[in-house]
Amino acid sequence: MSAPAPLVTGPGEPCELLLRDVRALDPRAGIDARLDVRIGGGRVLELAEPGSLEPTGEVEVIECSGRLLATPAFFDPHVHLRTPGQEHKEDLETGTRAAAAGGFCGVIAMPNTDPVLDSAPLLRSLRDAAAREARVPVGFLPAITRGLQGEQLSEMAELRTEGALGFSDDGKPVRSAGMLRKALQYQRLCGGVLALHEEDPTLSRGGSMNEGVVSAALGIAGIPTVAESTMLARDAALAGYEDARVHFQHLSCRASVAAVASAKEQGWRVSAEVSPHHLLLTEEDVRGLDTRMKMHPPLCTHDDRLALLEGLRDGTIDCVATDHAPHARDEKEVPFEQAPMGTTGLETAFAALYDGLVLPGSIELPLLLLRMTAGGELFGLAPPTLSAGEPANVALIDLDARWVAGEHGWESRSENCCFGGRALQGRVLVTVAAGALAHRDRSLAMAGSR
Amino acid sequence: MNHLLSIEELDREAIERIVSQAERFAEVSDREIKKVPALRGRMVLNLFYEASTRTRSSFELAAKRLSADVVNFAASGSSVEKGESLKDTVLTLSAHKPDAIVLRTPWVGAAELVSRWCSAAIVNAGDGKHEHPTQALLDVYTLRRRLGSIDGASIWIVGDVAHSRVARSNVLAFQRMGAKVTIVGPPTLIPRGFEHLGCDVRYTLDELDSADVVYALRMQHERMSETWVPSMREYAAWYQINGRRLSPRQILMHPGPVNRGVELSGEVVDSPQAVITAQVEAGVVVRMAVLYELLAGPREPRAAVAAASAERATVGGSRA
Repeated sequence: MSAPAPLVTGPGEPCELLLRDVRALDPRAGIDARLDVRIGGGRVLELAEPGSLEPTGEVEVIECSGRLLATPAFFDPHVHLRTPGQEHKEDLETGTRAAAAGGFCGVIAMPNTDPVLDSAPLLRSLRDAAAREARVPVGFLPAITRGLQGEQLSEMAELRTEGALGFSDDGKPVRSAGMLRKALQYQRLCGGVLALHEEDPTLSRGGSMNEGVVSAALGIAGIPTVAESTMLARDAALAGYEDARVHFQHLSCRASVAAVASAKEQGWRVSAEVSPHHLLLTEEDVRGLDTRMKMHPPLCTHDDRLALLEGLRDGTIDCVATDHAPHARDEKEVPFEQAPMGTTGLETAFAALYDGLVLPGSIELPLLLLRMTAGGELFGLAPPTLSAGEPANVALIDLDARWVAGEHGWESRSENCCFGGRALQGRVLVTVAAGALAHRDRSLAMAGSR
Repeated sequence: MNHLLSIEELDREAIERIVSQAERFAEVSDREIKKVPALRGRMVLNLFYEASTRTRSSFELAAKRLSADVVNFAASGSSVEKGESLKDTVLTLSAHKPDAIVLRTPWVGAAELVSRWCSAAIVNAGDGKHEHPTQALLDVYTLRRRLGSIDGASIWIVGDVAHSRVARSNVLAFQRMGAKVTIVGPPTLIPRGFEHLGCDVRYTLDELDSADVVYALRMQHERMSETWVPSMREYAAWYQINGRRLSPRQILMHPGPVNRGVELSGEVVDSPQAVITAQVEAGVVVRMAVLYELLAGPREPRAAVAAASAERATVGGSRA
């Protein structure tokens, strides 16, 4: 029996596109030049000297005048599409539309749905739905333990034959070390990366934000950073002992970066991700009790933020992941402690990081692009590239465009974005995902295309 | 002043204005007919999401002494138990056009949130473990009557700081009035980072002698979901204010209700140093002053109702 393709591609038809005189930048493939780029039949067909390619047939031409940037589209290994069961927050169509608007050519959906994605029939039906509705390819991580209860392994081997990319109990830690160890051992049979949400519930219990100066001033129960870092260190040691492959989700603090670095030094097979909000915001942003700033793990201190940034630059942290977590308006429009955890992030990820980190010189653009495209590789997928002959996964970006996040509403069904209302520079105009036109900014028809 | 949401947003001048007004109202409480017509025709809504007898009745009495109409709305036995959200409840009650809403909830920031949803003046009567501003104001009032001035006084706040909104409001208010505040309690009940509020933090009563005022906090059994101290017996042994520890020149305060034999021994509750009943008495006049400050005189125009439904992009909103 041959396993199905790990990513489910939606119904989009291959597009015919000619990007004329675009600044092509693909650090992984060593491309950095002004070029004409022809896309068609699902692939990048040709890269040539600017002005040398002519349109043929029904091709859409975008005049980029050396000003617009073409890069491999991004990949997000951590999103919540809320389907099944919470479609009032998001569904496969709106979630992948948000991904496309943010320049992503693929996402991996988490299993904390209702019911929990922990069985082969449910995975099959979700994959069928994604094939009908998804704007960009979607992969699924079913639960490590049944019902996310931490008591019994899900049928991991069968789930793998049905296309599970890996496994995660995201939203919850695998509390028992013994249970996680069984999953790590079972990985030898079925493969699949285990993506881990690290949080010791006996330390985080009842907390709504980072424990520290701000939580003390507000009287809100705090979550200490050791709730994450101690559990992470435990699980890294388990993975090392079993020679298993694990991925640490949404790092939030300096101690966790250090724990990942030490695990990598030992040669253990671990990888890690960080979210745009943890790279850009701190507990000070929680002072106003804006419920969009309430997420898990919580925003920590300025020092933690700097450590995350350093970890992203030196490769301790492998990739950026948004942890896109949509919640309905009425669920977030409540007192802070009552509000659910999470912020949306797909539509603002690149702009927030470009505006907040690249422009002030905290990180080079090519390195940011590497980290925003690396998420799929960690789960065994080919990285997106601009190389001729490869599948077309391309983001066309106007680095000079200024906009206010959310000014024209959101593609996501939810609007709980921690960057909402911020003035940002850098905007994704076009996303080609698996060869299909997944997103075209409304301004583009006026601005340059023919 | 449009609302009373926290001590944090009050400067010394505002605190003194309210306390001085309360001193003028104190005379009303001594009259045969304890009533003035200052707020005749105004409506005060008490909206309480937590059990409270003394705070609620104190606000009710204060409003009635100013001739305002009072409506009490308790969350238990109401639509709240049927699952209505805070916002929907507030919008519904706003239809009755209250001039002020006195709000107590178990949630930090709820009073401020509600102030954005309706046009009434909001008085925070306790929002989770955040603040309880009228308690701090009445404590300042009580101390001023005893000491004349709080400037330079050493005030020790003893006990369960972690679960206490009174501690947070009082640290801010006492400091703003010029006092030097020390927090004492078991390390498990003092939040990390609390010293950044500007107070000293200690773990023993060793130098309690140096305090002019000893403010004992209630051990909040009802807010504790786990064990924070080995036992009430051990807590009492280390932190109880008793006749042995309290000196005759010190003033003893407590926000009530007292757990006799836990944070205070019976004999100090009944001692001449204790001003606990004076605090209760102060509650009414200080709350009269707060309502008067917010409602008397020409009303400043307030933000329109339901600004919330207009601003699509700001879920949760941000503090103005």
